[in-house]
Amino acid sequence: MSKIIEGLKYSESHEWVKVEGSVAVIGVSDFAQKEMGDITYVDLPDVDDEVTAGEEFGALESVKASSDLIAPVSGTVVAVNGDLEDAPEKVNEDAFGSWIIKVEMSDPSELDNLLDAAAYRALIGE
Amino acid sequence: MLVRIGVKKLDDLYSDVPKEFLHKGAYALPDALSEQEVRTYFEALDRLNARMKVFVGAGAYDHYTPAVIPYITQRSEFLTAYTPYQCEISQGTLRYIFEYQSMICELTGMDVSNASLYDGPTAAAEAMKMAVACAKKRTRVLLSRSLLPHILKVVETYAKFHGVELGYIPAPEGQTSLDGLQAGLATGDVAGVIVPEINRYGIVEDHSGFADAVHAAKALLIEYCDPSALAVIKSPSEWGADIAVGDAQSLGLPLCYGGPYIGFMAVKKEYMRKMPGRIVGQTVDQEGRRAFVLTLQAREQHIKREKATSNICSNESLMALWVTIYLSLTGPEGLREVNRLSSDGAHYLYAELLKTGRFEEVFPGKPFLKEFVLKPKEFPGFMQQRLEKAGLFAALDTEEGYVSFCVTEKRTKEEIDQLVHIVKEG
Amino acid sequence: MQYYDKLIFELSKKGRTGYSLPVNKFPPAPELPVELRRETPPDLPEVSEPDVVRHYTNLSQMNFGVDTGFYPLGSCTMKYNPKINEEIAALPGFNGLHPLMHAGLVKGALKVYQELGRALSAITGMEAFTFDPCAGAHGELTGLMIMRQYHLNRGDTARTKVIVPDSAHGTNPASAAVCGLEVVEVKSLADGRIDVEALKPLLDETVAGIMMTNPNTLGLFETRIKEIAKLVHGVGGLLYYDGANMNPLMGMVRPGDMGFDIMHLNLHKTFSTPHGGGGPGAGPVGVAKQLVDCLPDLRVSGFHGNFGILLRAYAYLLMLGRQNLKEVGQYSVLSANYIKESLKDVYKLPIEGVCKHEFVFDGLIDDGGHDGVPGATTLDVAKRLLDYGFHAPTIYFPLLFHQALMIEPTETESKETLDAFIDVMHQIAAEAAEDPSILREAPHRTPIRRPDETAAARNPVLKFKDA
Repeated sequence: MSKIIEGLKYSESHEWVKVEGSVAVIGVSDFAQKEMGDITYVDLPDVDDEVTAGEEFGALESVKASSDLIAPVSGTVVAVNGDLEDAPEKVNEDAFGSWIIKVEMSDPSELDNLLDAAAYRALIGE
Repeated sequence: MLVRIGVKKLDDLYSDVPKEFLHKGAYALPDALSEQEVRTYFEALDRLNARMKVFVGAGAYDHYTPAVIPYITQRSEFLTAYTPYQCEISQGTLRYIFEYQSMICELTGMDVSNASLYDGPTAAAEAMKMAVACAKKRTRVLLSRSLLPHILKVVETYAKFHGVELGYIPAPEGQTSLDGLQAGLATGDVAGVIVPEINRYGIVEDHSGFADAVHAAKALLIEYCDPSALAVIKSPSEWGADIAVGDAQSLGLPLCYGGPYIGFMAVKKEYMRKMPGRIVGQTVDQEGRRAFVLTLQAREQHIKREKATSNICSNESLMALWVTIYLSLTGPEGLREVNRLSSDGAHYLYAELLKTGRFEEVFPGKPFLKEFVLKPKEFPGFMQQRLEKAGLFAALDTEEGYVSFCVTEKRTKEEIDQLVHIVKEG
Repeated sequence: MQYYDKLIFELSKKGRTGYSLPVNKFPPAPELPVELRRETPPDLPEVSEPDVVRHYTNLSQMNFGVDTGFYPLGSCTMKYNPKINEEIAALPGFNGLHPLMHAGLVKGALKVYQELGRALSAITGMEAFTFDPCAGAHGELTGLMIMRQYHLNRGDTARTKVIVPDSAHGTNPASAAVCGLEVVEVKSLADGRIDVEALKPLLDETVAGIMMTNPNTLGLFETRIKEIAKLVHGVGGLLYYDGANMNPLMGMVRPGDMGFDIMHLNLHKTFSTPHGGGGPGAGPVGVAKQLVDCLPDLRVSGFHGNFGILLRAYAYLLMLGRQNLKEVGQYSVLSANYIKESLKDVYKLPIEGVCKHEFVFDGLIDDGGHDGVPGATTLDVAKRLLDYGFHAPTIYFPLLFHQALMIEPTETESKETLDAFIDVMHQIAAEAAEDPSILREAPHRTPIRRPDETAAARNPVLKFKDA
């Protein structure tokens, strides 16, 4: 059974969002990291890149797969988690503790399109 | 076998093919030959080809192939293997590719090499695409006019279809112009710049200031190089390049009418995940023994499909083995000697040709190694025909109206004297 | 096969060499200006000739090739590579030709291009071939460039999409992207055949063409090809044929007759040239009559393609001749169906019926898993095969099935070899049912056991000095 944290927002493509004021902290769910298996690389955007809700902003790689990271909200990247460059396994070890990017939201109302914990649990069927 | 399958005759195995598509009648092919007849046939074809002493380079160099190389590369364990998908029974292939990568990194000074590309010009085209992919939104690439024509043509083909806009840097005095480079960069939107270490005139270019200019514009510097010459001339890394590409044919591969050759690419570490092609890495097996595997595969077409860095799949693996054995045999000193002998011979030919009074210097005082151009004082066709009759392939016409010569360590002083004698006779 | 743990760099002793040059009789050339000189020499190995020969001989003994044993790698057509081809390719007249020699000096080589082109046209129904592409994916890219050029020549600039089945080899969409085309996926039906109903709504005036393999990646013939060709041609698009699966059609069916306009051939698959551990190959591209004009402008490789590979392929073709061509297709299909029918009692066969040169199982029927003990996967079956002296089939492709095991035996294997493989596959299935851990821990008898690929990707060691 995958870990799900109450109070966070979730996308159907398995990203989680923690809202800190106007900033969205974004990572991938525990379910997603389990599906990927051993993550070998996190392809990160650059600070100041623009991201658009529903479009890719990076990727998770394993030995035999690559999975796009999809932005749950639109805005400007204000921080990326550089620790993951050298230690991608942290996503496997603690998916909720390993944020990937922080985005200054351009349209916080997009948060309303995301799932809450209960709806996400239903989505992954657990 | 048919009984087990449950059909009556071989043709029934094609019952799913619409009848109209089954080929009727005989194919318009020659009659089958025995092995003996095939050999005779090709020996006759082979005799139709001229046997020449080659005094031309222009991207294909007649260096000596030590006997060990074909002997080893014909071993069927190497020759008849597929791509090393099952690493437990492909450690031979994987190890030589790892050695090849290590040697290419030594020659170029770069951090990471791939397992090979098709040839030099396609490697340059891949570097162009890679620069655009690294730059995200910038889509222009600058090419030096001093690159050999066949490189320009291939890069132009790829650029046209991939949607890359090309700009050109002039080379007015036989060398890519720094002013021209800066002017090109100033037009903006440049993702990468491709310049040759040794250019279409055989001149060893001075790239002082290139890297600073290119990096100030946030573009990538791509050095096209002859790996044989890298034993003696500044490496791409010493010039500050981000990507080094070229054709490793000059490391002992036969001319073979243009292929198979082997493109190489080596990059700075920060760009390795955008690099096309296969890469071999070292790891351990479950018993802790050193083992080698294909790695960083998430870049590649079988995983990323249309988002892959390149469509390349099969490359030139056996030619990588060829190059690896060549460099093992020569070592650093042997490769240096190859350059010395070729360069000494070329400079001797250059001086002797000038003495005939039939040529003018084009770029006096410019440094070269094994290859150079001269301007003929009269129409060169007649001279070329006489050289050909004597079995010498030399004095290749260039687009600029010059003639190009190349001398490798295979050309003897007697052969050079013969060439000069024919030229002198007129 | 025996484990051997040296790298050539580790044999290096200062001052050793395996190379010698003639005496230098020339006056010394002027030194290069100091700013152009290399500062530190490359750190290449310094070894003797016997060191080199022993080292690479030892390396070779950790390798498995077609000459070692049965190599049923699906979609790769690992047929026997005739040895006469190697001698032909080594003939000194061909080998010494400089690529910029004019036609009068290379008459023998030009005859090979002409005659091979004619022969391939006869086999495929195409009008003309270009030999510049150096591999299959390179051929795809060239073919798509020709496709785009054809439309551009007609002023038809809106055609920016290419349709690719979801079951296609990854090079298809990747080649399309390199060529600047937008990839539109068309779904496959459960049997891997193109869903014609799903194709219809995708077709309009923005479609440059469709890329297909026939037979498809499951080894099944696209029975509705005539209808597909009519639909695509109907909106002005072209049909591209990926020649990876040409082997079963040899002597039986010509892609040109099915309506394909452009195609490539993998000479290192269908035409018996050795694959060299990952190339060099050759991917000549053939076109129909109306596209011949688009060929000359396209320069996709430095000179004239991999001529050495063309020589081998032509030697193979001359030995086949018109009398034996059909046997290639028919026997490759016979071998594949024989294995399929012999193993479907223990491996899941998702689609019944006649296949062409290859087919796909979806893993073991009984994988031995029970009560929390995990069963054996397709990967485990593949690794166990290595213990028995066979190369593994292609695994986990196509993606239509989770445990895909794609088997292509080719026409050059004897019934005895096929039977031996069938016996071993039965034995492996029995082992899995009994104790899947034997498979999960396989291979046991190879030079190395399973490697840690995750560590290799997380901490890349990509050259000797990284270690």
